[in-house]
Amino acid sequence: MKDRSTRPLWPILGLPAIVWIVLFFFVPFYVVLCVAFGVVDPIFRSPIPVWNPLEWQFSQMGVVWDRLVGPDNFYLPAVIRTLVYVAIAVTSCLLIAFPVAYFTARYAGKYRGLVLALLIAPFWISYMMRMLSWINLLQPEGLVNTVITMGGLIPIDINWLSGNPFTVVMGLIYGYIPYMLLPLFAALDRISPSLIEAARDLGATGMDLFRRVILPMSVPGIVAGSLLIALPMMGDYFTSDMLSKSPNTAMIGNLVNLSIVTPGQAGQAGALLILVLLVLLAPMVLYTRSNAKAEVRS
Amino acid sequence: MTVSAAPAEAILEESRGSRPRRLRGSSDARAYGLGTITVVYLLWALVPVAITVLFSFNEGRSRSTWQGFSLRWYTWDPTGSVLNDESIRTALMHTVTLAIIATSITVPLGVLFALALDRWRGRIPAGANFLALITFVIPEIALAIGLLFMVTYLATPFGLGAWAQVIGLVTFQLAYPIVICRARLLTIGSHYEEAARDLGASAIGAVRRVILPMLFPAILVSATLVFADVLDDFVIVRYLSSDASTETTSMRIYQTARAAPTPALNAMATIILVVSTLVIVLGWLLYRRWLKRQGQATDLGSFAGNL
Repeated sequence: MKDRSTRPLWPILGLPAIVWIVLFFFVPFYVVLCVAFGVVDPIFRSPIPVWNPLEWQFSQMGVVWDRLVGPDNFYLPAVIRTLVYVAIAVTSCLLIAFPVAYFTARYAGKYRGLVLALLIAPFWISYMMRMLSWINLLQPEGLVNTVITMGGLIPIDINWLSGNPFTVVMGLIYGYIPYMLLPLFAALDRISPSLIEAARDLGATGMDLFRRVILPMSVPGIVAGSLLIALPMMGDYFTSDMLSKSPNTAMIGNLVNLSIVTPGQAGQAGALLILVLLVLLAPMVLYTRSNAKAEVRS
Repeated sequence: MTVSAAPAEAILEESRGSRPRRLRGSSDARAYGLGTITVVYLLWALVPVAITVLFSFNEGRSRSTWQGFSLRWYTWDPTGSVLNDESIRTALMHTVTLAIIATSITVPLGVLFALALDRWRGRIPAGANFLALITFVIPEIALAIGLLFMVTYLATPFGLGAWAQVIGLVTFQLAYPIVICRARLLTIGSHYEEAARDLGASAIGAVRRVILPMLFPAILVSATLVFADVLDDFVIVRYLSSDASTETTSMRIYQTARAAPTPALNAMATIILVVSTLVIVLGWLLYRRWLKRQGQATDLGSFAGNL
């Protein structure tokens, strides 16, 4: 039935979105390149983008590169910190989310709908409200300190909210774990109960079942979930700003944000951003690939 | 299924008749243990937010010491309440307006694109689809800076503000309707449309009268998701805002949360939570009605599963 007369219909339907994506996704990145490889006005210190790629200057990139690996490498601690924070946060999310997703998929029974709804609830509670909740709890006279000191009896004075890496990592876990839970749940939910039953009937122990059936089959969910939270964390600056606001817990996102809000440093912000995106390009493509594969499979 | 059944086959091979069957009791213990973890997780995830909501009704200025129930921070405090503080009112109005406008642009754009992708093969649609998927995982700050630079250095006459925010939000959210509708289109398949064409429907007619109605749940789910996610957005709206009139609730929380705010901030956050809950519930009710009409079972899980 796919005769020639219907063919132009599909491109016409797709055109608005394509124009949109090119105009507001593709072009902006070209502008970032032109600003990052542009020059800075010597008097006003404002960035001047260079539109012709043949005339691109590498001075901004050089500044950023020096701060990363040169003698003046004050960006480096934040980069290492980001990698450590993200690694701890993603691992913790996985360790918490796996049993929760597994329970929901296999054992929740008649509570399944309710548990799922509660798991999804954080999606419609704004991220900033969830961070605000922890600020309220962790402030010096907040509930957490009241409980720890048993109402002021024990003189423990923990400063949660400025420069405490534990709080920032906890905030990252708290903020991003819902995005890990859903792909994990979807992957675990796809494992047919009869398959597990069969493995059990043939004598697989709980450990065998986990290691040789459930874990291998949940790998797509683990990969998708990990990428889905690790990549946005790489650009996160607001979690650290909200829960710490200290250079001691600054992440890469904080460096970028700081350059953006400081007049005259837009070019450096752009250059840093490009370096970050270059590093993240491979995992981002990996994510879209795994997504496409999942689509074919389902 | 065929691919992933391999590990089970390995077990079948290895343990044929060797080990005794497991007792049921250990499975119960496991369910109990996992259930406990789940309950603890849910408490950790939701109780802090519940406390924030609770303290929006506090009589006094504290956000940690309960001083009695009151609507002070919603209505009657002469300067600090949501009702009487104009900047909070503006932030609330602006956030909801952005969500409505961004959703009503994102969803049609994405649905049409998903329809086109379902049949249109080639480099152009594949490339556009790739870029749309990238927006799912790209750090939001990258997109925000790109648009910020574009407005500041290239499209200078347009300027920052509400429309720049809308454009940024639509770009960032576009992947949701595309991915959700494509998944649904794959399960629908092409035979309904072919049958309609055989019975004399035009290409557009088949899409409009056969495919779009079947796509309804996917459209509903993506609209709900996009709306709730836009209410929540921070990075894009902050970089693309121009002045106080384009401040959103998330920006306000970011700016004042650490500077000893009153429970009015909790009240504002609670109102946004109520708005998004209402939209989700509305989406769920419409979804259930659709399922009932189709004579399908209605459970919360399938709606949530679609999210």
